[in-house]
Amino acid sequence: MLDTHISDTAKTLHETSNLTLAQRIIGKASGLDGEAEVSVGNIVTCKVDLAMMHDSGGPRRVEPVLQHLNAGLFDPDKVVLVADHYVPADEPESRAILELTRQWAIQRQVTFYDGEGICHVVLPERGHLAPGMLVVGGDSHSPTGGAFGSYMFGIGSTEMAAVLATGEIWLQIPQTILLNWNGVLPERVTAKDMMLAMCGRLGMSGGRYQAVEYVGSTIGTLGMQERMTLCNMAAELGAQAGLIAPDNRTMEFITKARRHNRQTQNLVGSALMDDKRANADSLSTRSTWHSTPLQLADECHDFDASTLSPQVAAPHSPANAVAVNEIERQSVDVAYIGACTGAKYTDLAMAAEVLAGQTVNNKVQLIIAPASRQDQERAEQEGLMSVFEDAGARILPTACGICAGYGSERLGADINCISSTARNFKGRMGESSSRVWLASPYTVAASAVAGYISDPRMHGDGAG
Amino acid sequence: MAVDGVSWVFGDNIDTDVLAPGQYIKLPMEELMQHCLESVDGRFASQVKAGDVIVAGNNFGIGSSREQAALALKELGVAGVVAESFGGIFFRNAINLGLPVFTPLKSPPAPTPQFRLSDIRAGEPVSLCLQQATLVCPDSGITIQLQPLPDFLMQMLEAGGLVAVLEKRFKSGS
Repeated sequence: MLDTHISDTAKTLHETSNLTLAQRIIGKASGLDGEAEVSVGNIVTCKVDLAMMHDSGGPRRVEPVLQHLNAGLFDPDKVVLVADHYVPADEPESRAILELTRQWAIQRQVTFYDGEGICHVVLPERGHLAPGMLVVGGDSHSPTGGAFGSYMFGIGSTEMAAVLATGEIWLQIPQTILLNWNGVLPERVTAKDMMLAMCGRLGMSGGRYQAVEYVGSTIGTLGMQERMTLCNMAAELGAQAGLIAPDNRTMEFITKARRHNRQTQNLVGSALMDDKRANADSLSTRSTWHSTPLQLADECHDFDASTLSPQVAAPHSPANAVAVNEIERQSVDVAYIGACTGAKYTDLAMAAEVLAGQTVNNKVQLIIAPASRQDQERAEQEGLMSVFEDAGARILPTACGICAGYGSERLGADINCISSTARNFKGRMGESSSRVWLASPYTVAASAVAGYISDPRMHGDGAG
Repeated sequence: MAVDGVSWVFGDNIDTDVLAPGQYIKLPMEELMQHCLESVDGRFASQVKAGDVIVAGNNFGIGSSREQAALALKELGVAGVVAESFGGIFFRNAINLGLPVFTPLKSPPAPTPQFRLSDIRAGEPVSLCLQQATLVCPDSGITIQLQPLPDFLMQMLEAGGLVAVLEKRFKSGS
């Protein structure tokens, strides 16, 4: 049954378009005139509004291609570089990669964030994303940007070099798969639990490399960082992009982010300046591009938020998701709150809620690597970081860290880890004999206290 | 262009961490590719020969956007990957790097015998023909019809990848 959210927006959209949200953005980026031209499966060339890359797949990989082509950047104002993978540089090779990254940023005159956090979190918090933009990222979790109504997707470094040289990329007009959530989430059940439940039901290829769009009454109640968690893990559903139609909350976040960040206040490259040039296609216009109505989608999957319980994905796939109480008593050696998926301010606040006044089990290492410096500072101001320290957590620098198997803290042999990250593939976070269970920050924190995988509704402050 | 080699058979969900492990990603490609697929088949990197074809199940190349996953296979001489399905970014990267990637034709025309990818045994001789979009195993008599790529992608593949396409564009000054 359709909920009112879809029904209402269907009316609004239907007056203006027979395209899904994803198709509208791509249609605009590819300069197609009529809706008839935006036909599913067609390959089109799109103008890129913003290209984002990091230190691992970025300069050291794209510069040789640019030099080979003798090509400059199509527009340095539309390129953002973030150092997050080899941070902190703890050995010579990492230091060399970071140094190359810094030099490149200076030479090529692009916006550069160095040690400020993970690219997918830094990009929106500094105001670089807006509804209706077509954005490429040199990382598979780039669909995170879909939380702001941008069609954002991950690409490899050769393709990134081509974007930097030409400002263009090819796309196959995608179908839209609606993931329709209704009902109120129970206490301590989160976007991460929603996502794991979707991975469990649809599998890692359920997204078919098409566009997924999260709709329904539950989505509007989620804060922006929770929406980011949903779009981030569109990657684990095998979708090209994960979108949420913009609403007032989206526009408030963007306005505030741009006000607080001088660098993006007068952002040349992205939507704002373009909007000034072309009033007809203003940011506010694109912010009214609503959710895709059911009749335009190719698939729709309905989910009930009110009956969802905390989810855990067993090794070695996010699709191995089950309710936490279906996991037999499973001890853990490491509990990790980290990554763009699971260590944003909102994630830290969840963990702190469970850990307040508690102590981490003496057989467990709780490791926390905040997703950005701004989020860590806010957590500090609100006393969350001291909750972590009092509980016995170890804090790592804000970076991709263990999630991507980088750095000296990689999981050792036979380690059992519960993690707020996105991926638990064999060997990703460390030795191939290590095993990773994925869960929400609430569940990771509760498990760190108990020493085994635990239902966060039964532990910590407010335990039942 | 038929290429001849033997098949390397893998199951579902061969992810980019298996193809290009994160811990070796900062190494030069000559070293990184020696670790390709080592966690599922320790012999692969040392024994794969030019012209060999990878035959795999669903979701080949899911995970990271690191294109070393596709590049390692190409550098090791792999002539192409035929899988039930691919991770989307891996698929793009492979085409961009000139590594042929194909899925079986969804509904092969009669009277083609209904062979499946899973009928192909590990190590049997195979020929991958891009123009005809077929995978042929002469010893077992298996012919698999493949889903033809859109012209745009086929042209990129035949040119040798995205960089080769761009070379033409930048040299012609457009």
